[in-house]
Amino acid sequence: MTSVQPIPEALSALDRPNSYIGKTVPRPNLDRLMQGRGLYVSDIELPRMAHVVFVRSPHAHATINGIDVSTARQMPGVIAVVSGRELSTVITPWVGVLSHLKGLKSAPQNAIAIDRACWQGEAVAAVVANSRAQAEDAAERVSVEYQELDAVTDMRAALSPASAVIHASLGDNLAFERNHDAGAVDQAFAESDEVIEAEFIFGRHTGVTLEPRAVVADWNPAEARLTIYQGTQAPHMVQNIAALHLGLKESQVRVVCKDVGGSFGIKVHIYADEMATYALSKLLRRPVKFVADRVESFNTDIHARDHRCKGKIGVKRDGTITAFEIDDLTGIGPYSMYPRTSAIEANQVVNLVGGPYVTRNYRARARVVFQNKNVMCQYRAVGHPIACSVTEGLVDLAAMKIGVDPVEIRRRNLIADDAYPCASPSGLRFEQLSHHAALTKLVRMMDYEALRAEQSSMRARNIHRGIGIASFIEVTNPSAAFYGVGGAKISSQDGVAVRLDAQGSVICQTSITEQGQGSESLTAQIVGSVLGVSMDRVRVILGDTDNTPYGGGTWASRGAGIGGEAALQATKVLRRNILDVAAAILQSTAVELDIVNNAVVTVADGAPRIELSELARIVYFRPDTLPPGIQPELMATRHFVPREYPFAFTNGVQASWLEVDIETGFVKLLKHWVVEDCGTIINPQLVDEQIRGGVVQGLGAALFEKCVYDERGQLTNANMADYLVPMSGEMPDIDVGHVVSPTLESELGAKGAGEAGTAGAAAAVTNAVNDALKPFGTIITEIPLTPQVILTALGRI
Amino acid sequence: MKASAFDYARATSVANALELLTAHGERARVLAGGQSLLPAMNLRLIAPELIIDIGELDELRGVAARGGVLTIGALTRHADLQKSPEIAVHAPLLMDAVAHVAHPAIRNRGTIGGSLAQADPASELPACMLALGATIIARGPGGERRIAADEFFAGIYETALTPQELLVAVELPAQPKDSMHYFQEFSRRHGDYAIVGLAAQALVRDGRFADLRLGFFAVGDRPLLARSAGKLLDVAVTPAVLSEVSSALDEELSSLGDQQATPAMRRHLARVLLTRCVSSLLARTDLCAGVSA
Repeated sequence: MTSVQPIPEALSALDRPNSYIGKTVPRPNLDRLMQGRGLYVSDIELPRMAHVVFVRSPHAHATINGIDVSTARQMPGVIAVVSGRELSTVITPWVGVLSHLKGLKSAPQNAIAIDRACWQGEAVAAVVANSRAQAEDAAERVSVEYQELDAVTDMRAALSPASAVIHASLGDNLAFERNHDAGAVDQAFAESDEVIEAEFIFGRHTGVTLEPRAVVADWNPAEARLTIYQGTQAPHMVQNIAALHLGLKESQVRVVCKDVGGSFGIKVHIYADEMATYALSKLLRRPVKFVADRVESFNTDIHARDHRCKGKIGVKRDGTITAFEIDDLTGIGPYSMYPRTSAIEANQVVNLVGGPYVTRNYRARARVVFQNKNVMCQYRAVGHPIACSVTEGLVDLAAMKIGVDPVEIRRRNLIADDAYPCASPSGLRFEQLSHHAALTKLVRMMDYEALRAEQSSMRARNIHRGIGIASFIEVTNPSAAFYGVGGAKISSQDGVAVRLDAQGSVICQTSITEQGQGSESLTAQIVGSVLGVSMDRVRVILGDTDNTPYGGGTWASRGAGIGGEAALQATKVLRRNILDVAAAILQSTAVELDIVNNAVVTVADGAPRIELSELARIVYFRPDTLPPGIQPELMATRHFVPREYPFAFTNGVQASWLEVDIETGFVKLLKHWVVEDCGTIINPQLVDEQIRGGVVQGLGAALFEKCVYDERGQLTNANMADYLVPMSGEMPDIDVGHVVSPTLESELGAKGAGEAGTAGAAAAVTNAVNDALKPFGTIITEIPLTPQVILTALGRI
Repeated sequence: MKASAFDYARATSVANALELLTAHGERARVLAGGQSLLPAMNLRLIAPELIIDIGELDELRGVAARGGVLTIGALTRHADLQKSPEIAVHAPLLMDAVAHVAHPAIRNRGTIGGSLAQADPASELPACMLALGATIIARGPGGERRIAADEFFAGIYETALTPQELLVAVELPAQPKDSMHYFQEFSRRHGDYAIVGLAAQALVRDGRFADLRLGFFAVGDRPLLARSAGKLLDVAVTPAVLSEVSSALDEELSSLGDQQATPAMRRHLARVLLTRCVSSLLARTDLCAGVSA
C-alpha cells in the first residue's frame, strides 16, 4: 500500500499495540455461516405461521375488471385470499418522491394493485395458506379478469405525445428532469480541435441476490406490536415506513434482520409485496411468511441501469479535454420506488460525469420516464457505471481521435493529487483524491508497456487483444444530503453502544447491518483495537431495532466509514471509563494506565496490573470495595455522521486486458486490475474481496446481464438459465492495489469500498473491446457486449 | 416454485416401469436423473400426474464393450461416461462432449437416456449419437425396438419414442483406433446450453478425409448430421473447397432465433465451427487463421 498523506505525528487510538486495523483477520461470523448455522428469514418458523403467494399480473398494463376467488378459497389449506381493495383497509398507499429532487413526481402505489396493474409481475391478489405449495395451488385457481391497456415500454417513445400516459393524473410520463450547465460549454467546444459524440446504451439488469427477498411479519394483537423479520439493509427505515402506513407508532414495530444472503442495494427499498405481507399479518392476526421465488425475484426485485446516454467531448490536439456534455434518458418502471425514489440514479449520472477531470465546462440533461416494466431503483454503485462508462468512453474516443495513448490523455487531464480540496463541475466537493498516484500504480502493476508490446505482436498473428483503462470517483459515507434533506426518514447517522460484561468481554450493539460484506468483522476489529481486547472477546449485535442504537444501516458504502467511526468513538469512551475505575482500584491515574491484551497495564513499562475480568468482577459484584464516590460506567454509546462533506469521495482506476474472437464475437477476459483509495483500510482481505465482488458485478453488466423485455413489456428471461449472471469460469484474475488517503472528517479515516469495483469495470471492458477492435474501425458503446452485438458491429452477420 | 401435486411410483423392474407407462401413457413422466424434468415441474411448465422413478433399475446402468459394439445403459450418468475406460477407448468423443454438459452437480445426476429422451436441440449428447452412428434401444408393450439415431430425434423435445416406451440403452459401433474426433461448442458461459455446437468423428488418410460425420447441435429443432460433409471426402481440402462446403452447410441449416443469437448468427457460427473442425482434424492451420487456443 502506498500512502500519499504524511503519517500524522500524534498516535491515534488505532496505532495501539496489537491493533487489528489494517490486518486480515477471519470474520467472527464465518464458522456460523460455514457450518450452516446461519439464520436466514426463510429458516424462521413461528407458531401458526402462514405462507403468502401473490397472484401477479401477466400483463404489462391492464385494468382489473374482476377477481374471482371463490374456487381458490375452497382449496386445501387456504386461510385467506385477499385483494388489493381489501388490504387497503389496513395499509395506506405511498408516493416515492423526495423534495430535494425538484419536480420529481410519481403516483400513489398500493401494496396490492387495485383496479389496474402497471407491470408484468405486479401483485393483484394474495393467497395465504398453511404451506407455500398449497398457496401456489390455490393461486392458480384465482381467476382475474383483465382488460389489456397500451403498454409504454420503449423509454424513447414514452415522452412522445402519441404515447399512452401511464398515470393520467400526472399528465405525462416524465418523472424527473435535471439540467446542469457549468463553465462555458459552447465556447469550449468551439475552441476544441476535435469534438466527438457517441450514444452509450446500457442494458437493464438486476442484483440477483443468492438469498431472495424474504419477510416474516408477526402481528401480535395482545401486544399491539408487529415484529418484522426481514433481510434488509436498513432496519430502522423499514420500521418507520411499516409504522407509517399501517397506522402504528414506531415503538409498535420491531424489525429483526438476522443473516442476509447478499443485498447489493436490492434490499434497501420498500417493496409492495413486503408491505402487503406486513398488512396481511395485521389483517389475519398471525405470522405470515413471504419468500420470493426466483421468477418473482426477476420480476419484482428492483432493476437498474437501462440508460441511453448521448455524450460529447471536446479535446485539443495537445490532449487537453475542454468540455463534457451529456443527455441521459432512463426508464424506471411505472412508479418511483419508495422511499429512496427512482430519480437518484439519473441524478448521480449528472453528478458524476467528468468528475475525475480538470475541465470546468460541463452541461448535462437527465430525463427519467415512466414505463410499464418492473420498477427500477438504486443498485450497487448507483449511477457510477453509467457515468464512468460515458466519461471514460468519451475520453478514449478523444484519445483515439487525436492519436494520444489512453494512459497519457488521463495523465494530462486528471485532477492533480495536490489540488485538493476542490470541487467537480457539477459542484461535488472533494476532500482528497489520488487519481495520479492510483494511475501510476496501476500502470506499474499491469506492466502497461509490456502489454502494449504483446498486443502488437499478437495482432500480427490476427489475434485481437485490447487494453481498457477507466478512472472513476465513488460516492461514499453519505450524510443527510442523500435522503434526509429530501424528507425521507432514512438516518444518515449511525450509533454504537459498547459495554464490558462481568467477565471482561465486550458486547457491541451497532446500527449498521451485515449482508455478507463484513460489517460484523470490521466493527469487532475496531472495538478490539481501540479497547485493547482480543477480537474473540467482542460480540457484535446488529440488525434489531429493539436492541441496537438508531441508525441508517448498510448502504451507499457507509458501514465502515460511519458505523466504524461510531464504534471507535464509543469504545474510546468505554476505555476511558474503564481506566478511570482502574485508576481508582490501583491508586494510580488514568493517564498512567492502558489496556493491552485484555488487561490494564502501566503505560511506562507495559507491566500488567489488573485483568479486565477482575476489574469487571469488582465493579459488578464488589462495588463496596471501590473508593467512595466512584460510580463506574462500563457502557458507552456514541453516534456519528459526517458534517463537513456531504459525501466522502473515493477514487480509483481499473484496467481490463481481454481478447476478442473476431469470428465468433466472444470476449475472453484475461486479466483485470484495480487500484482504489478508500482511505484507512480496516481489513485488507475484506476490502479486496469487496472490490473483486464489485468488479464481477460490473463485468456481469459488461458482458452478460440483461433483463430482456419484449415490445409488450413481458420479461422474457426471468430465470437463471436465460438471465446470465457472471460465473467464476469466465472471470479473470483480479489484482487489487491501494492508495491510502484517509478522510480527516473522522478519526478512523475510512471511506467506503463497496461500490468501487462495480463503478469502473464495465467501462474498462468496453474500452478494451474497442481497443482490440481498433484495426477494424469499429466502436461499440453498448453493453452487454454480447457476441451478437460484436459480430453485428464487425459486419460479420 | 413448488411442483403441482403428483403421484409417485418407484419402478421395481423394467417390466414394472413398462406396465406403469402402458397404464398411464402421456399422463406419466419417467424420472431418471431429474435434471430437466424437475425444474420444469417446479416452474409448473409441466404437471404430470404420475412420476415413474426408474432410479433403482441397476440393469439400465453401465457401459459394456463387446464384439466391436459399445452398449451404454440409459441410466448411465454423465459423470460415469467421463470416468468409463470403455468410453475413453472406443468413443472418446463422448468424454469431450460430456465435459461441456452443464456443471459437475448436474453431471453427477443427469443420465444419457434422460438427455436423449429429452431431445433438447441444444444438448450435446444427441449430436454425438449422430456423429457416432448410434442405435437407440427402446422397450415397449410390443417388445424391443431399435432406432437409428438419425431417425430418433423428431423436433424440439420430440423423439420417435411412444408414450408407452422406455429408452433402455444406446449402442455405438466402437470407433477404430486411428479414428479422430472433434468437439466444440459456443456458449455464453461454461456449462450453458450451446448457441451452436459440433460433434465430429473422422477418419483421415494421407491428409484427406476417408470418413467424416458432422453432428451439429443448436442449429435447428433437432441435431443435424450434415450431408455436406460428404463433399470433403477424398479431396484435397483447400480454402476454396471449404468455402464451397460452408455454403452447402448453410443450405442445410434451418436455424432458429432466440435471446442468444439470431438465425443469421447461428449460421455464421456453424460455418466458423466447420472451418475450425476441419482445420483441427487435418492439422491445417492455414485453413483457419486468427484463433488462439
